[in-house]
Amino acid sequence: MATAAQFRICPRTGLQFHKSAETLIKVNAVAAVVALLVGGVLALLITLTRWQAVHLIDADNFYLFLTAHGLDMLVVWIIFFEVAVLYFCSSTLLRCRLATPRLAWLAWILMVVGTVVFNTTIFMGDATVMMTSYVPMPAVPGFYLGLILFAVGALVACFIFLGTLVVAKAEKTYEGSIPLVTFGALTACIIAIFTIASGAIILIPTFGWSIGYIKHIDPAMYRVIWWAFGHSSQQINVSAHVAVWYAIAAIVFGAKPMSERISRTAFFLYICFLQLASAHHILADPGVGTEWKVFNTSYAMYLAVLASMIHGLTVPGAIEVAQREKGYTKGLFEWLRKAPWGNPVFSGMFMSLIGFGFLGGISGVMMGTEQLNMIIHNTIYVPGHFHATVVLGTTLAFMAMTYFLLPTLFQREIINPGLAKLQPYIFALGMGLFTLAFMGAGTLGVPRRHWDITFAGAAMPYEFPGTALLMLAIGGIGGIIAVVGGALYIWLTVGTILFGKRLDAGAYTTTISPLRMPVQAALAGHGHGGGFAAPGTFVFALVFLAAFVLYYFVNWKYLSTVWGLS
Amino acid sequence: MSAILPPPQRIWWKQPVDKVEILWIVIAFVWCMIMFFMMPYWHLYGKQNLSSETYKVRPELFAQATQAMVDKYTVRTETDLKVPVVAPPAGSDVYLIARLWDWWPILELEAGKTYRLNLSSMDYQHGFSLQPENINIQVLPGYQHVVNVTPNRTGTYHIVCNEFCGIGHHKMASRLYVK
Repeated sequence: MATAAQFRICPRTGLQFHKSAETLIKVNAVAAVVALLVGGVLALLITLTRWQAVHLIDADNFYLFLTAHGLDMLVVWIIFFEVAVLYFCSSTLLRCRLATPRLAWLAWILMVVGTVVFNTTIFMGDATVMMTSYVPMPAVPGFYLGLILFAVGALVACFIFLGTLVVAKAEKTYEGSIPLVTFGALTACIIAIFTIASGAIILIPTFGWSIGYIKHIDPAMYRVIWWAFGHSSQQINVSAHVAVWYAIAAIVFGAKPMSERISRTAFFLYICFLQLASAHHILADPGVGTEWKVFNTSYAMYLAVLASMIHGLTVPGAIEVAQREKGYTKGLFEWLRKAPWGNPVFSGMFMSLIGFGFLGGISGVMMGTEQLNMIIHNTIYVPGHFHATVVLGTTLAFMAMTYFLLPTLFQREIINPGLAKLQPYIFALGMGLFTLAFMGAGTLGVPRRHWDITFAGAAMPYEFPGTALLMLAIGGIGGIIAVVGGALYIWLTVGTILFGKRLDAGAYTTTISPLRMPVQAALAGHGHGGGFAAPGTFVFALVFLAAFVLYYFVNWKYLSTVWGLS
Repeated sequence: MSAILPPPQRIWWKQPVDKVEILWIVIAFVWCMIMFFMMPYWHLYGKQNLSSETYKVRPELFAQATQAMVDKYTVRTETDLKVPVVAPPAGSDVYLIARLWDWWPILELEAGKTYRLNLSSMDYQHGFSLQPENINIQVLPGYQHVVNVTPNRTGTYHIVCNEFCGIGHHKMASRLYVK
């Protein structure tokens, strides 16, 4: 090596950080939090507008802010954080240097510039087209260009992650296979590459259309390809936050995966069976056949759902096994009662798992069922669902991970630990309330992306039942609580980085300390091959299944009462 | 800290799997298969399945067909805008235009009878959302979607738009009567 890479070993966790990678993880995480701040302010304004009794902002700004909120949260906050996760899972966990740090800076700059460009067009009022930007509703060229720049940056970051895996292998910084968490990050990376390619296939021609170079973009084709980008990008989140769950189970409890084979296979199922999941979004569309819809929404087996159900068992299962080994063996649930509920790293992660499974997962399958989709499509049930997956699931998992990274990566002691203890609970409570209320309102037919469901000034208004308005009010209250939780998170992270007490960083050296397997560990197995290692988790899983089955058939029952359609 | 470390056994894929995992995978897989079979099952025995009959259409031709229906079957007009209320015969093709920012015309159908409801948009994408039934169908420009509908209860229904279509989106609402 021409310039020797520098490393430090964190004295508290033993993790080894490559200096360049460390800085890059930090700047990506900071960019993510800035986007979260912008998106959070918009979230407050939007939620207070949909709360019909408050109805805060005017229609123009409502639709404008909604467009910006969607993109800044779902794209900018999450993908910047995911890039940080990718660099951490490769360079830090594999104890090697990050491949091409200069290109990684280029990726970061492209993403920042892209973000600024498309946000500018939105806030100028030239691109109020919602995140989905369905053609033929036009936005100015800069909107698509900004998105493309951002995507190119993210793509470069994906390849840097892959390059870093190659570096680690070549420089032999670890033995055997990559860790499960890195494997999960690899899954996210592979799905991300597919996702970004789909985005390019549709956004580049749409950019051409916006500058007048291409005459016509077919709206049905746009939807099919755009959703290969829009939906798959949510699978990046799922893979990334499941990887974070495993990481936190390992960090907090020293939990081993119950079975490497099962967990890795489940990740592999994501790669194989999530990709064309765009079909979920086309179920109420003309132009595609019934067989296409039925097959592509499930691939006949729902193996991606199966994969999530597996992770839903194996993550808490691994925690249960680790806790039982520590002696918390009383009854079915002592392991859970005695878990460190005051540690935000754990509490955030566990509520992310519950929220994602019970609220996000089950509702997602309802929407992804061909016929049931008709009574849900484009209602406010849909934002209810994806706030459960992507906010309660992904965002809360990332928040939990942050509380681990602050002392380790930023080498600062968290200011106000009492507040940090509470923050995940406040956020999860608010978001849980919000998602349930929105799903309830959606069941009553309330449309999404709608400024005024009282239809004031319309020639033929529809009066939604009073319950729908009540649901929106509850959603508004939940939204405010969640925004308070989000604001606390931002205060805690920014405050800690700026004012937190400096912790011992460990010195930088040029020597790598590679991972060598202790002989004993290599010989000893996991030791729970034969028994029934996690009975409490299994009971939990059965409760989940019961809720799932019940809710599924309740929806079919409801469908059977509406007009005949054929 | 082992999920963040390489597996301690090199040949990790040969390690035995715990019974609790196997059992759960079997149960979950069976449930996934049931969920899949519900969809074809409902196509065979259920009464609510979305038609996939679609034609490519130019907006002006769809508007002409709608106008022809309106000319023939209008029974009255409503509101200051004199929106025609159209009562076409059962079994016939009925047309509904989605455009910025209204649904046109108002349809009057009979309960228990089946109609071929033709949906298309003149401009942007719209969302056909029938309330309080809560039946929701995407409406695209350039595509004529033919859905067979059989209203099962009499009353006044409402159609709202649930796909964002610009600044008048939240005023795009209409009625539909079932006698």
